[in-house]
Amino acid sequence: MGASSVVADGWGWRFGANPSRGIVGGSFTIKPGERVLLLGPSGSGKSTLLRALAGVLAGDEGQQSGRLTVDGVSPSHARGRAGLVLQDPQAQVVAARVGDDVAFGCENLGIERSEIWERVSRALAAVNLIHDLNHSTAHLSGGEKQRLAIAGALAMRPGLLLMDEPTANLDSVGATSVRDAVLAAHEQDDITLIVVDHNVDLWVPYMQRVIVLGKDGDVVLDTSVERALSDHIEQLTELGVWLPASPVLEPFAGGSAMPDAPVMFATQLDVARPHSSRLGLDLTETFRESELSAIVGANGVGKTTLALTLAGLFAPASGHVRASEDLWFSSGGRIRPLTRRQRSVEWLSPHRWSSRDLARRIGTVFQSPEHQFVRATVREEIALGLTLAGVRGRAAEQRSDELLARLHLENHADAHPFALSGGQQRRLAVGATIAAQPKVLVVDEPTFGQDAHTWREVIGLVFEARSGGCAVIAATHDQRLSELADRRIQLGGGA
Amino acid sequence: MNPLAKFLTALVVAIALLASLNPFIAGGLLLVELVALPFVGLSPRKIARVGWPIAVAALLATLTTALYGRPFGHTYWAWGPILITEGSLILAVTIGLRVLAIGLPGVVLFATVDAVDLADALAQLWRLPQRFVYGALAAMRLIDVLAEDWQTLSLARRARGLGAGRLPLATLGRRFAQVFALFVLALRRGSTLALAMDARGFGAPVQRTYARPSLWRPRDSVLVTVMSLVAGGVIVLSVIWGSGVDGIG
Repeated sequence: MGASSVVADGWGWRFGANPSRGIVGGSFTIKPGERVLLLGPSGSGKSTLLRALAGVLAGDEGQQSGRLTVDGVSPSHARGRAGLVLQDPQAQVVAARVGDDVAFGCENLGIERSEIWERVSRALAAVNLIHDLNHSTAHLSGGEKQRLAIAGALAMRPGLLLMDEPTANLDSVGATSVRDAVLAAHEQDDITLIVVDHNVDLWVPYMQRVIVLGKDGDVVLDTSVERALSDHIEQLTELGVWLPASPVLEPFAGGSAMPDAPVMFATQLDVARPHSSRLGLDLTETFRESELSAIVGANGVGKTTLALTLAGLFAPASGHVRASEDLWFSSGGRIRPLTRRQRSVEWLSPHRWSSRDLARRIGTVFQSPEHQFVRATVREEIALGLTLAGVRGRAAEQRSDELLARLHLENHADAHPFALSGGQQRRLAVGATIAAQPKVLVVDEPTFGQDAHTWREVIGLVFEARSGGCAVIAATHDQRLSELADRRIQLGGGA
Repeated sequence: MNPLAKFLTALVVAIALLASLNPFIAGGLLLVELVALPFVGLSPRKIARVGWPIAVAALLATLTTALYGRPFGHTYWAWGPILITEGSLILAVTIGLRVLAIGLPGVVLFATVDAVDLADALAQLWRLPQRFVYGALAAMRLIDVLAEDWQTLSLARRARGLGAGRLPLATLGRRFAQVFALFVLALRRGSTLALAMDARGFGAPVQRTYARPSLWRPRDSVLVTVMSLVAGGVIVLSVIWGSGVDGIG
């Protein structure tokens, strides 16, 4: 049927559950075969627009205004014309086997069996996913899962391919492989392409047109990629769009020149998740106050496992992680009656500490903020950290207000953490951890899929903690962050 | 074999055994199953790996029945409430054999049937609603993800000072809160998966086709018919023979 055309004519959407959330009408026309990069600040309705175009925005979820068509008809009457790929690689695997997963869309569209398998092979080849059809989907890497999702969409022979932040959870190798798969698909099939992605650098050379949505979902810029990058840099920067020349290094001065006191030691350390094989490390490092150490390496090499072991959450597979006595006593640690064996080794091993002892000395910010929220409001999240630090009464209230203001969450103090936007959740996760005044801060991919604004906010908070004497350990594949580090611990070879 | 044929076979064997309480019937059926085992293409090691809980359950059932089962006949040993008699020993053996004979087909079913194939069979042969069958199948993908979520939640709670503590009551409360957090995560993941499925045309107003045909072959009919006849015969025999021991059953 060829590539699809898209027309939005003052199209807007208001959510039934939360009428204050929604997008006002925007208008644009996309010609068949165009490659469009769709940008906008978080909350501008990019995802909502893509879902509407895919025909999966249920009528009972909200109220539509204006008109939106794919090939001249309402998207909900053109199921299968648009393929949609989402951000989270984990969340969109449908079947246990690679072949079945790609075939799923074809089955739903009622394609003949013989043709389904022809399409499946072709789609898998297009995204360069060379696996047996019976290969288990659970064993695919993040980048492979995303390419599987693209293959699943391609097998439906869509005229329109919609990508909703497809590379946000991937390292640069995975992101590049996904982008190449999308471009190959565009090359091979007659297809219109709409991509939403913070990582503009990755896509810009291959896109024709940029459409930028404003805060309320109206179209604020609609132009060619060349013009956008020459004439509208300021506007894009304001929106938090990552640009090839985004200045990020300025506000973050390095640590002090003098070597600071050591807080933690790793000795011949090897790590493993419970019931999993070891990484085969032999790491000996000293972590010092006011120092930023970056654990770098590709997705899946075990950066998180190492970071969480240093954080006292996993026991070392071999070797030791030891705290300095300063770290133990810094938070009012008392010498308890210990056995001789304990005195020699155990009492300075963070993974042996009680949960309370650990939390007030070593703070950990997890990759996904949703995992670490434990209270019903933003204010209580911060109060928990302050309680651990022993800040009480009037002082706690004052500190809590200061932190809320610093996090720009003063207007959301009584909101549920889950009700916050992605960027707000990141800030809260870091803020609530810092509130406990740990001497070591472990952060796991703190900048995952963030726009430039949130990036700066989160890194700013981390660097403030560092200036205050905190030893920071960051697991990251973000080049921008690792370049700011005082030193890098490279995992899994490479440079 | 079609997964549904295996399922029906396991079902009729279980019904026959539940209807009878006779050591010879349970033992006989177990013997038939053991003879048939080499033909289903499972290595003894795999059976042991999947089936050990059944063996443990059989052993426990045997022991408790031997010690506490209804007393009858000659008494071998008595100590407090424990009373080992001729009757309780025979009953114990019967129950142990019965658990094994019911459990073994279940183990084979579990180890040889792919969930996808069973879903295909349920949708194509029994015409169960596709939304239900394939929705449930996709949800099974989430179990692994949720297991990981649970582990991460535990770590995160320890990191925030809310890990398992010394007070059991507080720990219990925290576990409950963690279960609730997992529940919320499951809902969010589930709705994302549903969205991804809808985006692939799931539930589109078209007659769905099937990439993998689920075939019911003559040998499937033979297996189910033969096993139903055996099961029927067993029930008849158990009515004629009773429990094989006077005073029981």
